[in-house]
Parts: sequence; structure tokens; C-alpha cells
Amino acid sequence: MEPPADGADLVVYAENLHKRFGKTEALRGLDLAVPRGTVLGVLGPNGSGKTTAVRILATLTRPDSGTARVAGFDVVRQADELRHRIGLTGQHSSVDLKLTGRENMVMFGRLYHLSKSAAEKRAAEVLERFGLAHAADRLVDTYSGGMRRRLDLIASLVFAPSVLFLDEPTTGLDPRSRSEIWDTVRDLVRAGTTVLLTTQYLDEADQLADHVVVIDAGKAIASGTPDRLKEIIGSRLDLVVRDAASLAAATGVLTVIGAGAPETDEPKRTVSIPVNDTSPSLTEILRRLDQEGVAVENIGIRRPTLDEVFLKVTGGASAGSEQMTSGKGAA
Amino acid sequence: MTALQPPLQPPLETPARSAGHRLRWTFVDGWILVKRILTHLKHSPGQLITLLIFPAIMVVLFGYVLGSSIVVPGGGNYREYLMPGLFVMTGFTGVMAIAGRVAADVGRGVMDRFRAIPMARSAVMFGQTGADLIIGVLSSVVMMACGFAAGWRIHNGPVRALEAFALIVLMRYAVSWLGVCLGLRVKDEETAANMVPLIFPLTMISNSFVPADRMPSWLRPIAEWNPVSSLVAACRQLFGNPGQPTRGQAWPLLHPVTATLLWSVALLVVFVPAAIRIYRTPKN
Repeated sequence: MEPPADGADLVVYAENLHKRFGKTEALRGLDLAVPRGTVLGVLGPNGSGKTTAVRILATLTRPDSGTARVAGFDVVRQADELRHRIGLTGQHSSVDLKLTGRENMVMFGRLYHLSKSAAEKRAAEVLERFGLAHAADRLVDTYSGGMRRRLDLIASLVFAPSVLFLDEPTTGLDPRSRSEIWDTVRDLVRAGTTVLLTTQYLDEADQLADHVVVIDAGKAIASGTPDRLKEIIGSRLDLVVRDAASLAAATGVLTVIGAGAPETDEPKRTVSIPVNDTSPSLTEILRRLDQEGVAVENIGIRRPTLDEVFLKVTGGASAGSEQMTSGKGAA
Repeated sequence: MTALQPPLQPPLETPARSAGHRLRWTFVDGWILVKRILTHLKHSPGQLITLLIFPAIMVVLFGYVLGSSIVVPGGGNYREYLMPGLFVMTGFTGVMAIAGRVAADVGRGVMDRFRAIPMARSAVMFGQTGADLIIGVLSSVVMMACGFAAGWRIHNGPVRALEAFALIVLMRYAVSWLGVCLGLRVKDEETAANMVPLIFPLTMISNSFVPADRMPSWLRPIAEWNPVSSLVAACRQLFGNPGQPTRGQAWPLLHPVTATLLWSVALLVVFVPAAIRIYRTPKN
């Protein structure tokens, strides 16, 4: 973890959470921390414990051991006070399909003890602000998947939760709906909400999260900003030469300046090599290639995707396997 | 996306502390959730119509199709004998309806959202059972109207009739908590629907349609001690319909009103805390 300097400003703080369901150990000592006003992305494969972690933090499940505080309240002992400050959107749409969008919003507002008129006003405001006003008086049953999820997300906004838990908010949505949900989340964060979201999609974490925690088999195995995590893999220099004959010369140049072993692909006429801060600049590399008579077709420095990070920290193809739980992240 | 507005302010009220305050909010929240179920009905009139047609179908089915060949012990009109049985049967089949509604909420994640809302743990259940109570009163009234059309009459005056009605409603309310427990325990709506055949025999192995005295000896005690039978007998007694208690019957049939009250209290004592406990500790 990368605890911020001011520990008191951690809106979500979980330490050593354990949870077991029968023979399955869902959480095995999970730590999490989310500073105020930021987005934490919890990344992990199916069954890694993401949902269990969210359910514990949102007071739906009690941990077997470990402590967790959200917005300053203990999730077990002060669950009721805490519920006044959190919003939760689960994996399945949790709005009432047999009510209209507006009826849903008003009902949730009333359950948060707004007066009838205040709840109606708030519902209209939020539906308008998040682009659902046109469908407000239709049964949610008739909404598209994306609209349902959006309603689900904003249903928590009838009051202003200081922390919002989103459990895989875009799973199963089409690309357009996903980007709409992302816009909504960004809007909420700008308005001061702290968000903890779980996802299987690395681009989602990359898009939304200030910090990412990669969890596997119930433990955090890596954490940091998306940029920081990408440094685990490091950047790569990709070079495409015009003539396959110059591949050997090009490889020779890159081996000298690179930060690791080069990978050559003859049919594609490419050389790829890890680079780091001490590597020479791109101009310098081009100059040296020129000196050796290498005609360059394409050259570029590529930052790794979170997918590559994820595969690396979870042990490549065996993501989710037991062996990886011992792997310590680079945070 | 429209321009960003300042964050919505949370209601400033601090969580309730005093027991009285809490109780009041439990009822307010419960009532909001009662209205939720009633709004469902408003949106699907088909469901409401089914609810109202069902009694008429039962009267035709049991009163005329089967009833034409059944002779009431001790004499009397079979349809007058039958009606209390049908009143009770509608009440008990309500168990499956409420179980289905609760299971749907669990399956669709609505229950989880309710759990994350700062309301009394029991409010959700009071909402479900409260709505079922209103539906139950409505369908009982319709059933009685159908019975009246088929020749069923009140013979002992309005006060006793009201007592009978109150017992029907009380028992329905008590068993609706069993429905909540079932609904919370099953995986989804479909599983709940599959349990309908289980509740049906419960209403049949009773004195609803035929007297328990004529059943084989191994089945007879079940029918006699069935809460359905107590309530049916209580209704016959209070409405003054054929099939009054006769000497030699089991205790619940000789003291049907007391037996019904005891059954209702027992069901509530068992299933209200059970439902709240299951709600508080979800499986996953």
C-alpha cells in the first residue's frame, strides 16, 4: 500500500480482512486504503474476493477477522451510522424493475428519510442531471441494460453518499453504455465523492482509478497508481526495420542501449527491448541506427497496458492460481 | 452531461437513538415499502385481475364441479360448508405469492440495496407482510362476495362474522412470515414457484373440503391438528355454517377459535424472529 501522508484522511481503511465461506477462503488478509475524493480500482479475476471485500465494506457481510473503517465508522460496530454515508451499486441491477425510474428514486429518497416533496424534487434533479429524465416515468423493466445500470448508480445519489461502492459497474454492458457509466462516475468524483470500484477490465481501472490494487486469491498482490504499476513491466522500445537484412545490426545497437534482452521477430522485421530512464533518447537511438546503416520504418516507445501488468503480477496464464499469492507486489 | 451542480446535501438528521424514534421509523419505512408492492400491482393490472378472478374460479371448481356430489355430514348446503375452507385456502396460498416476491428481491439484488440503507432490519419484512395483509383483506372480501353469490350466508350476526374475518386475516398474516423465510432462503423466483405444490397439500389435508373424521386413521391426526383445520372450524362456528364441532373430535376442532389464536401466535413467535435473522445474515 501507499498510505498518504495524512492517515486521517483515509475514507476507506481495511486491515487484514479475513472471510471464509465454508471451505472457501474468500479473503486472506486483505488491506485496502482509499484517500478522500479519490477512486480506488480493485482489480482481480473472478473469485479473487473483490465482491466479498465490497460487501464487507458496505456492511452487508461481516468479516471473520480484521478491521475496516469507512468514513470513520467501523463496518461492524457502527454499521447503522455508516449506512447513512455510503451508496452501493452491486453487480446485478438492484433497482426495482416493476417501478418507474422516478418511483425508484423517490422510494430510495424516502427511505433515506427525505420528506415526500424533497424526495420528489431530488429524484427529478438527479434524473435530469444524469440524462434519464426522458425515461423517468417508464417502468425500469423497459430500460436498456445501460440505462438500468445508470439508474442503479444514481439511485444512491438521492442523498449525497460520501463513499460509493461500485461492484463491477460495467460488466456486461456495451461499449457505449460503459463510457456513459464512466462519465457518470467521473462526474460524481468531481463532486467530491470517494469511490471504490471493482472491475475485471483493466482499461476501466486505467480510465477511472487514481490507485489500483490488484487482488488475487483474497490478498492484495500489487498496488499503486496505474502509471506506477505499469513501471513494474517498464516501457518497451519497438522498432520495425525496412529491410530484414539489417535486423542483426539493429539488434546490435539496441542491445547496447536497452535495459534487457532484445526480442527479434524476423518475418515481421521487428526488434523490441525494454527501456528505462537511463536509456538514451529516441533521437540518439535513431542517430546510432543511422550510423550502422539501418533503415527505420517505424520506431516508438510503448507504455505497457495494465493487462500486461495484471498478467505479470498474477503469474501470466495461471491468473488466480495458488502460486501467486506469495508474489509481492511492487508497491 | 449537464453542468455539474454542487453535491446534494445529505439529510442532516442524525441516526435515531431512542427506541420510540426507531420504532416510528420502522413503521414509516415499512409503510413506504408497503406502497412499493401496491404500486407493482397498480402497474400490472393483470396481476390484480388474476387475484380477483381466482376466488370465482375456486367457487365454481370446488362448489359446483366437486361439490355437487358431496354430502355434508349432519346435513346442510355443501357450498355453505365449503366457503370457510376456501377463505382459508386463499389465505394459505398467499404464502407462495409472498415467498415469490421476496425471492425476486433477493435474486435481483434489491434486497442487498435495502440492506445497505440505514433502516430497521425489520422494515423490509414489515413492508412485504404489510402489503400481503392488504392484498389478503382484498381477496378475502372478493372471496366472500363470490361465496355470497353461490349461496353462502352469515348466520350468527355481524360481530361474530367480523371475528371470523379477523381470524382469517390474522392467520394469513402469521403464515406470510413463513413465506418471507422461504423467500429469503431460496435462490430465486423460480425456485419459489416450484414450491407451490408443497403448500397445496397442506391446505387439502384438512377439513376444508371434506370432514377429517372420514379420513384413514394415519391421515386423520394430521388433518385434525393442521392449523388450516382449526381456522376452517373456527369460521364455520362463527359464521354458523354447516360442519359444527361434534363430540369425539380432536381438541383443536372442539376449540377452534382458541386453537387458531394459539397457532397464529406460535407461527409469529417462530417466523418473525427467524425472518429477521435470515435477513440480517445473508448467505454470501
